[in-house]
Amino acid sequence: MDSWRRNPLVFWAVNLPPSVWLVAFFLAPLTVVWLLSFGEKRGLVEIAITGTLDNYARALDPLYLQIFAKSLAMAGATTLICLIVGFPVAFAISFAPGRWKPLLLLLVILPFWTNLLIRTYALIAVLRTRGYVNFTLEWFWDLGNRGLELIGLGQLHLLGARFEPLVLLYNNMAVVIGLVYVHLPFTVLPLYAALDRMDRSYIEASLDLGAGQARTFASVVVPLAKAGIISAVIITFIPALGSFLTPDLLGGTDSQMIANVIERQFKTANDWPFGAALSFILLYATFFALALRSLSARGSSAMDAA
Amino acid sequence: MRRSPRSPLRHRRGFTRRSFLAGTGAIAAGLSLGPQFARAAEEKKLNFYNWDTYIGETTLDDFEDATGIEVKMDLFADNDELFAKLKEGNPGYDVIVPTNDFVERMITADMLVPLDHDKIPNKANVDSAFQDAAFDPGRKYSMPYMWGTIGIGYRKSRVDGVPDSWSTLLDSDRYSGKIALLGDASNVLGSTLKYLGYSYNSSDAGEIAEAEALLIKQKPHIKTYADDNGQDLLLSGEVDLTMEWNGDILQVMAEDDDLSFVVPNEGGVLWQDTLCIAKGAPHPENAHAFINFVLDAEVGAAIADFIQYATPNKAARALMPDEYNNNPAIFPSDEVIARCEPPLYLGEAVQRLYDESWTRVLAA
Repeated sequence: MDSWRRNPLVFWAVNLPPSVWLVAFFLAPLTVVWLLSFGEKRGLVEIAITGTLDNYARALDPLYLQIFAKSLAMAGATTLICLIVGFPVAFAISFAPGRWKPLLLLLVILPFWTNLLIRTYALIAVLRTRGYVNFTLEWFWDLGNRGLELIGLGQLHLLGARFEPLVLLYNNMAVVIGLVYVHLPFTVLPLYAALDRMDRSYIEASLDLGAGQARTFASVVVPLAKAGIISAVIITFIPALGSFLTPDLLGGTDSQMIANVIERQFKTANDWPFGAALSFILLYATFFALALRSLSARGSSAMDAA
Repeated sequence: MRRSPRSPLRHRRGFTRRSFLAGTGAIAAGLSLGPQFARAAEEKKLNFYNWDTYIGETTLDDFEDATGIEVKMDLFADNDELFAKLKEGNPGYDVIVPTNDFVERMITADMLVPLDHDKIPNKANVDSAFQDAAFDPGRKYSMPYMWGTIGIGYRKSRVDGVPDSWSTLLDSDRYSGKIALLGDASNVLGSTLKYLGYSYNSSDAGEIAEAEALLIKQKPHIKTYADDNGQDLLLSGEVDLTMEWNGDILQVMAEDDDLSFVVPNEGGVLWQDTLCIAKGAPHPENAHAFINFVLDAEVGAAIADFIQYATPNKAARALMPDEYNNNPAIFPSDEVIARCEPPLYLGEAVQRLYDESWTRVLAA
């Protein structure tokens, strides 16, 4: 693996552009934000990097910890629902006939061709009081009423005197629906990759040897797809945790997530150091979770070897 | 309003735009007599940074016809964006359109160029009420462009009478679940402070805490805090009452006769968008010429006619039809205006009080 030592020119020619890109557009801005998190505001536009930890101390105020906790809960619920919905989808695609697979995968990826903002507004049109879900329900309600009238029960108002539309929008449930809708492809793709690679003979062996469908699923499929499940969880949970557009547009009065607070610090509140500190706390938490995952992965592979 | 990219109310009014075009020809002649030698040094270009749908249909072309100066217009969505963009240095804008408290911020942060009033003779067209401003004493840095209010947009058939008090939104369960408020700290807390009898610009921690407590108490009856789409919620029937900018509601009123707007009796905010020249502007002479052009009576009337905002230009207003001048959603009564306050820049410490208060309201 030391061929790059023999051909350093080729190595640098291939690696320089991405390295420069990474440094200029990822590491450098991130460093600026990291430094800002140790800054103090001096008036309207000036920020002095003093090495203060005040911003972090302020971020650990119960007010913000509560918002962090709420964001974790929302992102957690989103990830769980994505897994429950996404697993059967990925399973079905991986067992679909070969010529169907590209089409089915395309359907999963298709929403990405539309901007997130537009998809979210479309969801508003579906969920609102005078939206498509309620229109459909009202149509069924009308149909039911007409049926009742036909059999002479129209006066009894068995379905209520008036159609009561469901309140689907502007609450935490709407935010979770929105987050699931946006992040489902992120869950399905790694799950599909894992399930598609799986050796089917294990499943056949398990069924042949007398394990039921459920037992086979729990003891064979899930352990084999474990790496895919973990990737799916990470790749769904992290962006869900940092969402601000979805709670902003679909949320009610108490749907504020931590990214909304961060956004406000960079805009209306004009407190970049504090916003930077909040962002980095989120980032540290993510790194911590990833480190735990790689530790546990190392642990389990050591066990496999033993 | 300027905050939402919508097609303006093009077909509603009988006022002909042609008369303005005829008028602008005359202005062209007038302008060309200006100090040519001074402008000769500058290239014939101007970079204008404006809100969306916030200039007359032909204003920029008319200006080019009149002066030969080509205007390139970029759009910003809110004052924060404008401020953030210029904060790290002017990327090349000449004329910008900040709102009052942001004018004050930008003066504080040394981001504006003082205006040369001699180059803006059309300043005389401005109504006396707008000749001076608390946020810019002596109008050294800003010329008034348009003004407006925040009030209550409502659906007439679902609301009894005229909801002319903030209590309907902020201190009552009568319309529980059918109310939307704006989604930003200063306007929501400021309006609540007005309802409680304090100043919109209070910097008293106790008063702000009182407003916060009232907002938290009212939370179960509020459907959502709508950042930018309260008018859509009203139009779609999601809510029956919403705290909104008058211009936003005016736009949906044009689509639905059942909607109306009122500025509550307690008063509220009276905002004013202004024309300023950004520090480091590459074409300051052209910028002065442009500001003077916009303050012309005919030009100002053409803009007001197109965007349907309240103009501070007295001479322009004289050219407008009664339908515009007597519209209470555009021009509230003088008593109500007297009780409204312009938003002021209160300093960073107070800003933080407001933001933390608002975060607590949202987290409660």
